[in-house]
Amino acid sequence: MMSWLPENISADGNSVDFLFYVIYYVTAVTFFLVAGCMIVFLILYRQKPGARAFYSHGNTTLEIIWTIVPAFILVIILILSQDSWARLKLNPPANPDIRLEIVGKQFNWIVYYPGPDGKLGTKDDLKVDNQVNVPVGKMVFISLRGEDVIHSFFIPHARVKQDVVPGRTTAVWFKAIKTGKFEIPCAELCGTGHSGMKGELVVHTPESYNQWLAKAYAKKSS
Amino acid sequence: MSATTADVAHDHHSGSFISTYVFSTDHKMIAKQFLWLSLVMMILGGGLALMFRWQLAWPETPVWIFRMLSEDNEFMPSGIIGPDIYNMMVTMHATIMVFLVIMPMFSGSFSNFLIPLMIGARDMAFPLLNMLSFWVFAAGAVIMMAGFFVEGGHAAAGWTSYAPLSMKEEYTGVGMGQTLWALSLFVITVGSLMGAVNYITTIINMRTQGMTWFRMPLTVWALFVVAILSLLALPILGAAGVLMIFDRIFDTAFFDPQRGGDPLLWQHLFWYFGHPEVYILILPAMGVSSDILSVFSRKPVFGYRAMVFALISIAFIGWAVWGHHMFQSGMNPRLGSAFMMTTMLIAIPSAIKTFNWLGTLWRGTIQFTVPMLHALAFVSMFVIGGLSGIFMASNTVDIFIHDTYFIVAHIHYVLFGGSIFGLFAGVTYWFPKMFGRMLNPALGRVHFWISFIFFNVTFFPQHILGIAGHMRRIYNPLQYDFLKDLEPINVAITLGALALGIGQVIFGINVFGSLWHWNAKWFRKTVQVVTSALTGYIAYRVITFSIEGFAPQAEATMGGRTFAGIVFLAVAYLIYRYLEKNMGEIGKRATQNPWKANTLEWVAPVDPPHGNFGPTLPVVQRGPYEYSAPGDSEDWAPQTEPLSPEAIAQSH
Repeated sequence: MMSWLPENISADGNSVDFLFYVIYYVTAVTFFLVAGCMIVFLILYRQKPGARAFYSHGNTTLEIIWTIVPAFILVIILILSQDSWARLKLNPPANPDIRLEIVGKQFNWIVYYPGPDGKLGTKDDLKVDNQVNVPVGKMVFISLRGEDVIHSFFIPHARVKQDVVPGRTTAVWFKAIKTGKFEIPCAELCGTGHSGMKGELVVHTPESYNQWLAKAYAKKSS
Repeated sequence: MSATTADVAHDHHSGSFISTYVFSTDHKMIAKQFLWLSLVMMILGGGLALMFRWQLAWPETPVWIFRMLSEDNEFMPSGIIGPDIYNMMVTMHATIMVFLVIMPMFSGSFSNFLIPLMIGARDMAFPLLNMLSFWVFAAGAVIMMAGFFVEGGHAAAGWTSYAPLSMKEEYTGVGMGQTLWALSLFVITVGSLMGAVNYITTIINMRTQGMTWFRMPLTVWALFVVAILSLLALPILGAAGVLMIFDRIFDTAFFDPQRGGDPLLWQHLFWYFGHPEVYILILPAMGVSSDILSVFSRKPVFGYRAMVFALISIAFIGWAVWGHHMFQSGMNPRLGSAFMMTTMLIAIPSAIKTFNWLGTLWRGTIQFTVPMLHALAFVSMFVIGGLSGIFMASNTVDIFIHDTYFIVAHIHYVLFGGSIFGLFAGVTYWFPKMFGRMLNPALGRVHFWISFIFFNVTFFPQHILGIAGHMRRIYNPLQYDFLKDLEPINVAITLGALALGIGQVIFGINVFGSLWHWNAKWFRKTVQVVTSALTGYIAYRVITFSIEGFAPQAEATMGGRTFAGIVFLAVAYLIYRYLEKNMGEIGKRATQNPWKANTLEWVAPVDPPHGNFGPTLPVVQRGPYEYSAPGDSEDWAPQTEPLSPEAIAQSH
């Protein structure tokens, strides 16, 4: 089942995948144990003429064991999750290489790049619809703002998802480790055009990123 | 006592048609009213699902039935479902299934029918309130249906109706529909609260002599816990609904960020209700299955007290987990860790219940009756649904799978694999007590296997879609490059869903045939032909589909069709022969205790009269699950019999 995961292109994405594998193996083993027991019991203890069921109300030792063992496994999964959760959602990178702002609006992602002054929110900002251009190997920090309804900024290949909520600013950050083009669908129902609301993540080599940036600035000033 | 008896007899005879069948205060009649409401709504909810599944498998092609119905419809030109209608169907499918199918079935029908009978009471504590409860609920259902006929269509913002999407007409184009949706939920809330108060009072006050708390069947325990959850959770939904109506009609700004409101407030309110709601929908199925597993294993429930405490602790912890629906919502991510912890905590009682069900089967003498098959399906499907829940309980993994089909698969394994199989288990088990007729076991088996197989064909592949990143609630997956390769899976799911839907026709035939005791030759032949033809047709579709190599709507080759045709005939013939041999009498008259079960509802006569029990109420002498107890001549004895000394010695 794991081979169905889209290819991971983010440096931190494998911590999501790692936990996915851990839970996948734990649950698969549990399922086969439970289902196996059940099938064996159904065959072994099917009604036979003259047989009488074993009169038992339970077994405290067994019940304590099957309370403690799952609890122990769940605590481990809990602990394993916290570090990556903190890295992916709690502690934004102190000095990201690139800062962008994206506004979700029915039914587009509007991407703002800082202009030559290097600051967002000034007049020389560069505005691009539905395309996020980033260089490979650089930490990108994206502030997300919503204008109308809730959208969800989802890059399946980068293991990134964050709701975009009108009235507050949320953020995502990632470092792409592979060049190419990837889709950015909206993952939260946002109206009639929800399906098909998508942008494109273009991961450039450093050279082609600089080229793209220069070209985009030139186009804006002309 | 004799005065009560006289009253009871008097009541029973004096009822006119209206007071017996419409405005009845008898808990059994009210239970039947809820049952029919739920089953009728199930047809609508399921039909909606089949229609939007069509769109997902073969996007923007005319839906088979609409193509015939309408050529020039402004909503569906040439029978193609548009994105606005699609959103409405998705929204209403979930709303109807949750609020108008599973809730009235468990919290309405089962609670009403079983609580008084199982605790040995003559009726509910407040019979008039009980009647009101149904009719208020029904009014809510009518309001919900009215939404389909207003301009702009019904609610289309998802069953969660997140603000601000659901708050302003300009965002979805839905006007009155969304308001009616909120109003309907408010009314349904009021109706359910009347029921909940009634169930709690009845269970606390009206247990018969000897029916101590720990001699109550687990079904009653589950319904009791659910009534408490309903009492506390539903007002939050009602309040949120009122806030939505105010925002929409009086232009207040509870959820409007531009004027100081907060969209996340809606999510907190909705999920603070919504998570306990999930337990409102699943706990009764757990109780019902525990009972049925014990009866047909002829063995006491393994760890009865642990089962009770697991129920109670699920209900408790259920209040502290709502944030796991909101990991990616923009709430403070620090809460993500806290909610993950509580969510892991709630998995423990669920695990205890599962292992105790296995323990119940262990060394039993298992009878594979139709209710037992459904109860076993419940356990195995609930295991899958519970385990897939661990993925999204992890806040980190949830980053990827949130809002994908993985969630859809999970919710359906819990609410269809869990609740609906629990519902079928319960209906097939208590049908004889409810209507005085047995359901036909042969038809029941055909229905069970089609449901079980095609439930899995429909919902298991949705895990794969989710892992591949397929978002939920998208209208056309072909709009995304990374989802294009998954289209065959969507086709498989849709065909599975169609087969699942067709299978339910057999359930309908079984219910009505048995109810009306139809054994006319023409009817029996029709049942055989229809059932075998439907089953054969399903096999035909499966085969052509496999040969077509998953190509959407491709024509199968001549050879393929011939082969599929042969399979069709073979399957149809086998089913036909199976029914001919095993169908027996349809709607056989039920005996008082057809399953040889211990609990009190089977002490009551067939089709219990008003007042349920004879002149004196039964006195309970033993626990509900003392099957195969030493000292009893048979492997069961009603709860009214004392336990033998050696059995008492053994149970300590």
